[in-house]
Amino acid sequence: MAAALLEVDGVVKRFGGFTALNNVTIHVKQGERFGLIGPNGSGKTTLINCVSGSLRVDQGRIRFAGTDVTTLPPHRRTQLGIARSFQIPKPFRSMTVLENLGIPLEYAGHARGHDGAAEAADILREIGLEAKAHLRPAGLTQIEMRKLELARAMAARPKLLISDEAMAGLSSAEVDDILTILFRLNAQGITIIMIEHIMRAVMRFSERIVVLDAGERIAEGTPEEIVRNPAVEKAYLGE
Amino acid sequence: MITRTEWALAAGLAVIAAGIGLAALRLNPYLYFAGYVILQYVVIATAWNILGGYAGYVNFGTPAFFAMGAYTAVFLIRWVKAPLPVLILAGGLVAALLGLGIGYLTLRLRGTFFSIATLALAVVLQTVMINWEYVGGSRGISVIRPSGPPFGNYVVFLFTVMTALAVLAVLVARFIERSWIGRGLAALRDNEEAAECMGVPTLKLKLFATTVSGFLLGVAGAPFPYYVTFVEPNSAFALDYAVNALAMPMIGGTTSWIGPVIGAVLLATAQQLATVTISSELNLLIVGVVLVLFVVVAPEGILGLVRRVRGR
Repeated sequence: MAAALLEVDGVVKRFGGFTALNNVTIHVKQGERFGLIGPNGSGKTTLINCVSGSLRVDQGRIRFAGTDVTTLPPHRRTQLGIARSFQIPKPFRSMTVLENLGIPLEYAGHARGHDGAAEAADILREIGLEAKAHLRPAGLTQIEMRKLELARAMAARPKLLISDEAMAGLSSAEVDDILTILFRLNAQGITIIMIEHIMRAVMRFSERIVVLDAGERIAEGTPEEIVRNPAVEKAYLGE
Repeated sequence: MITRTEWALAAGLAVIAAGIGLAALRLNPYLYFAGYVILQYVVIATAWNILGGYAGYVNFGTPAFFAMGAYTAVFLIRWVKAPLPVLILAGGLVAALLGLGIGYLTLRLRGTFFSIATLALAVVLQTVMINWEYVGGSRGISVIRPSGPPFGNYVVFLFTVMTALAVLAVLVARFIERSWIGRGLAALRDNEEAAECMGVPTLKLKLFATTVSGFLLGVAGAPFPYYVTFVEPNSAFALDYAVNALAMPMIGGTTSWIGPVIGAVLLATAQQLATVTISSELNLLIVGVVLVLFVVVAPEGILGLVRRVRGR
């Protein structure tokens, strides 16, 4: 049994009177393919924002690779090895695709000082964006934009990659395309948390899945256990 | 092998030498008087652009920083008759501290809200100066220039000083733009949340930008008392600085160090010509019309136009 890379323990996050996350605990093992699902508004993205540091938790602790990161700002967490893609792509619009990758390479991937261009080109080739290296994000299609999100997260040289709905709105072939990339990254030893509404993708990808509903963890198990779980069915379909 | 940085330094030294050469020619004194203002705007536009252009935080409080430089100088002249280099350094440092202060505002205020806060800052500081008798209060204060300046005329001497300061400001801006700091600032300008999640220490970089920008704006204001010899709040905190500091980089182009230089030289020269030939009140009207024109026709400034003509 591999050691836990990410430990989220008893995390509570409130927005005013609304409790978005209520005592959520998840442990993600080194090298694992981990799925996080739940209906809209269940707190998935809030949880990811707490892990990446964009939000501060009100209670609970977050440990990453043995370090307590609960109060660290996002950029420190990225430097430690947590990278994420955004549900709604947030590219650096004034830069080319290649330059977009230069930022994490320089600031988190420890490429400061030496030329990161070769490294960035390698990542683009791996993801299949090399033909677009010198375009600006405005010239990319939806799937290319998602790939750029993933490529940029990869350029931070992460131990843990959080993919926040990287496939929403994509065609079936495109979903397979992204899945192939994620499988390949995982095979290289990168732990991956996938947040996704496309069940076919999460079920195929994940070794273990946690289900959130209304800010609470309602189920955990292998994909087979999750589909058979009555509580999950209730959360998605109602009584 | 000569690097581009060495070229830039050499070009900077050449500009300073040219400034000294011009000063030695002893042309019509008005030329130096007007030249000083143009160079002063090169410093102001360049300094503003480090925060407004590179980091995308629009500062409406330029007069506050400029006046901090000017009033620090007034204070030091009155208190110990400090020499000009000390005035410039001290004026810069006080304005840099103010910059560091507004840097912390960026923690909570972004976009328009940040801009409004900087505008408020200028109003608050002006009120403080109006009520501070030691530096002249609302009536203002006369400053006597040191005797026996180089080139036999103090304005001509200040012209050479401002040439050197403009070179300094442009070299600093160019260095920032081409370093990892400039790339990080561009990332946070494009998307602050994404930049932070890609490892960019956004707060640190923003504090750096506000401090350096503040320093250079203060530096531009420090020689002001000796230039005008009479300092009062309305002229030190003039709205012109806020409008010009924003308009010049926008007209020239905000993404490169040369943009604010082009904008400042064009606009300040036009203003100086209009002041002499038509009326001194026409200044801001020119800025307004040109700015509106550029926002509509060439939102990326002259640099953007050039790039478009060259086909990217």
